[in-house]
Amino acid sequence: MEKLCDYFFIYFCPNLMICKNLFIGIAISNKLYIFFFSLLLPSRRVERAMDTLIAQLQRRFCDFTISLYHQGFLDDQFTELKKLQDECSPDFVAEVVTLFFEDCEKLISNMARALDQTGNVDFKLVGSSVHQLKGSSSSVGAKRVKGLCVTLKECCDSQNYEGCVRCLQQVDIEYKTLKAKLQDLFNLEQQIVQAGGRIPQVDI
Amino acid sequence: MEKSGFSPVGLRVLVVDDDPTWLKILEKMLKKCSYEVTTCGLAREALRLLRERKDGYDIVISDVNMPDMDGFKLLEHVGLELDLPVIMMSVDGETSRVMKGVQHGACDYLLKPIRMKELKIIWQHVLRKKLQEVRDIEGCGYEGGADWITRYDEAHFLGGGEDVSFGKKRKDFDFEKKLLQDESDPSSSSSKKARVVWSFELHQKFVNAVNQIGCDHKAGPKKILDLMNVPWLTRENVASHLQKYRLYLSRLEKGKELKCYSGGVKNADSSPKDVEVNSGYQSPGRSSYVFSGGNSLIQKATEIDPKPLASASLSDLNTDVIMPPKTKKTRIGFDPPISSSAFDSLLPWNDVPEVLESKPVLYENSFLQQQPLPSQSSYVANSAPSLMEEEMKPPYETPAGGSSVNADEFLMPQDKIPTVTLQDLDPSAMKLQEFNTEAILRSLNWELPESHHSVSLDTDLDLTWLQGERFLANTGLQFQDYSSSPSLLSELPAHLNWYGNERLPDPDEYSFMVDQGLFIS
Repeated sequence: MEKLCDYFFIYFCPNLMICKNLFIGIAISNKLYIFFFSLLLPSRRVERAMDTLIAQLQRRFCDFTISLYHQGFLDDQFTELKKLQDECSPDFVAEVVTLFFEDCEKLISNMARALDQTGNVDFKLVGSSVHQLKGSSSSVGAKRVKGLCVTLKECCDSQNYEGCVRCLQQVDIEYKTLKAKLQDLFNLEQQIVQAGGRIPQVDI
Repeated sequence: MEKSGFSPVGLRVLVVDDDPTWLKILEKMLKKCSYEVTTCGLAREALRLLRERKDGYDIVISDVNMPDMDGFKLLEHVGLELDLPVIMMSVDGETSRVMKGVQHGACDYLLKPIRMKELKIIWQHVLRKKLQEVRDIEGCGYEGGADWITRYDEAHFLGGGEDVSFGKKRKDFDFEKKLLQDESDPSSSSSKKARVVWSFELHQKFVNAVNQIGCDHKAGPKKILDLMNVPWLTRENVASHLQKYRLYLSRLEKGKELKCYSGGVKNADSSPKDVEVNSGYQSPGRSSYVFSGGNSLIQKATEIDPKPLASASLSDLNTDVIMPPKTKKTRIGFDPPISSSAFDSLLPWNDVPEVLESKPVLYENSFLQQQPLPSQSSYVANSAPSLMEEEMKPPYETPAGGSSVNADEFLMPQDKIPTVTLQDLDPSAMKLQEFNTEAILRSLNWELPESHHSVSLDTDLDLTWLQGERFLANTGLQFQDYSSSPSLLSELPAHLNWYGNERLPDPDEYSFMVDQGLFIS
C-alpha cells in the first residue's frame, strides 16, 4: 500500500515527495481510495518511478556509508556487525549500536563525575571507565571514539588533569556526532526498505 | 558428547562479560557458529550457573576486566572446580596480561574486537580437553607423556598468547583417530568426566614421591609412578598431574616473592593467644613427617621435637610458625580440623615466615597476630614446592603417625577444602593447610568447636564435611585454652586455617587451587 502511494506521488506530484509520508498516512486509512487510484496508474511508469526513487536512496546510502568510513567514524568492525545481521535479527546493528550509546553516556558521566572532584580525582576510576569505553567502542567499530579513549587513558595514567578533562570533552562530542550520523544512516535504510528497495552492500 | 561423535555443533558456551554490547555481539556470533550460547554479565552469576549444572557447559569465554571479580580469578575457579576450558578476552593485548592468562590456565586469549573465525575454532579446545581426560583415564599407550609436559612448559614460556597446546595438536589428531576407531572398545570410556581422581591420599603419595626424588625438575613421571607404587595409575596420569603441580608451584613461588613482606606488620597481635593455642596441640610425629623430604625447610623442621607439642619447645615452634589467622569467613568450614592441624602444619612452615607475614594482610581476624612470625624470619622462605610438599605430607602421614583417624576420614574434609576455598576466593595455599590441620587435628585428638563448620560448602561436600565432623567428635580433642575463651575458639579456626596458608590470599595465587582441583574428583 505504501508503495502504491509512493508511486502515486512520484507520478503525479514529485514535488510533494517530502510530505508523502503524511499523505500516505491519510491514504492508508482510505485503502479503497488508493487502490482505485493505483488502478489508474500505468504499471510501467510506476515501476520506473519506483526505481528512480530507490536508486536515489541507495546511492545516497552508499555515499554516506563510504564517507563515514573515510572520515574515520567507523572501521571494519562495523562491517562485521552488518554481516551478523540477518532475517532472525533484522535490527541487530541498530540494537547493538543503541546499547553502545547507552553505555557511552553512562561511562562518560561516571568519568565526568570523577573528574569533578577537584583535588581528589580518582584517576583509577577514570582509567577503568576509559578501559571499558575502549572495549565498548571496539565492539561497534567506533574508530574515533576508540582513538580518543587511548589518548584519555594516557592522560589518566600520567594523572594529567587538564588533559583528561579536554579528552573527555572530545569523547563526548565525538560519540554524539557518531550517534547523529548513524541515526541518519538508519533513516536512509528505512527509506530504502519502505520504497521497496534492497539495502546495497557497500564495499569499503 | 560422545567422543566418537564429537562435533562443534551445539557446543554449550557460557559467555561472561560486563559489557552489554559485547555480550550481544558474542551471542550473535556464537549462534552463527551453531553453538548453544548462554550469556552472563557478572562473574559470580556465571560461577553460580556453572556450579548449578556441573555438566551444563562445554566451554567458558570470559572477559578479563570485570567489576565484581577479576577474570583471572574466575578462570582459576572454573579450571579448578570444573576443569572446563576457559578462553580469556580483552581489548588489551599486552604481553604481560596474555602471559598471566596463560599462566592461570586459559586455553586461549582473544583480542577484542573478536572475529568470527576466532570463535569458529573454539571447539578445538573442548575436544582437546576431552582427549586429555580420556588419555588420563585409559592411560592409552601415549608415549609422549613426558615430552608432552616439556612441550607444555615450553609453550607456556614461549607462546605467550599462543595456543599452548600447539605442540599437542599432531598427537591429538592421532589420538582422536584412535579413539574414533575404538568405539567398541570397552576400555574406552565415553563418560565425560571419567578421569583419574587425584584423591588426597593419592596426591600425598605423589608429593612424597616427588620429594623423594628431590628437585621436582628432576622428577619424571616414570620415576614418580614407580615410587608411588599405585598399580592402576599410569604414567600419563602422573604426567598430567605433575604438570599441574609444577604450575602450582611456580605460582606459589611468584606469590611468595610478591607477598613476602607485605603483611609483616599485621601479624603482631595475638601471639600470646597463639602460644596458648599452640601449646594445646600436639603433633606426635607430625613434625617428623612434616620435615621429611628433601628441602632445607624440611631439615629445619627436623630440629623440632617430634614429640607432642605440649612443651615449651613447641610453643617456640608455634610462635615461630604461627600463621596469621585466616579470615573467619573463609575458614569457617574447616575450622575444627584445621585448627588442630594448624599447629603441626605451622612447624614446617618455619621457613616461610615472609609468606606468613604477608598473609595477614588479607585476613580480617588476625587471630594469630604474628609476633611469632617475625621470629620466623630466621627461616628463609622456602620454595613453593617444599611448602606444598610439606603441607601435603602431614596429612598423608597422618595415618602413619598413628592417628586414630583413618586416611579416608582425613581425606574427606580435604576434598571439600578446595571448593570452599574457591568459593571464598582464598588463596590456594589455604587448601594445603587444610590438609595439615586435619592431620594435626587427628593426632592431637582435639575437640574442635563444631560451630565453625563452613556454611559455604557445596552440598556434595557436605557429606565429606560431615564425615570430618564425625572424626572431630571422635577425636575428643581438648584444648583447654580454647574452650575457656570463646573468642579464642572462634579465632582459632581462622588461625588454624591460616596455618597452611603460607601464601596470603592473593587474588593471583590461585595456582594452589588448581592443585586443589586435583583432589576434587
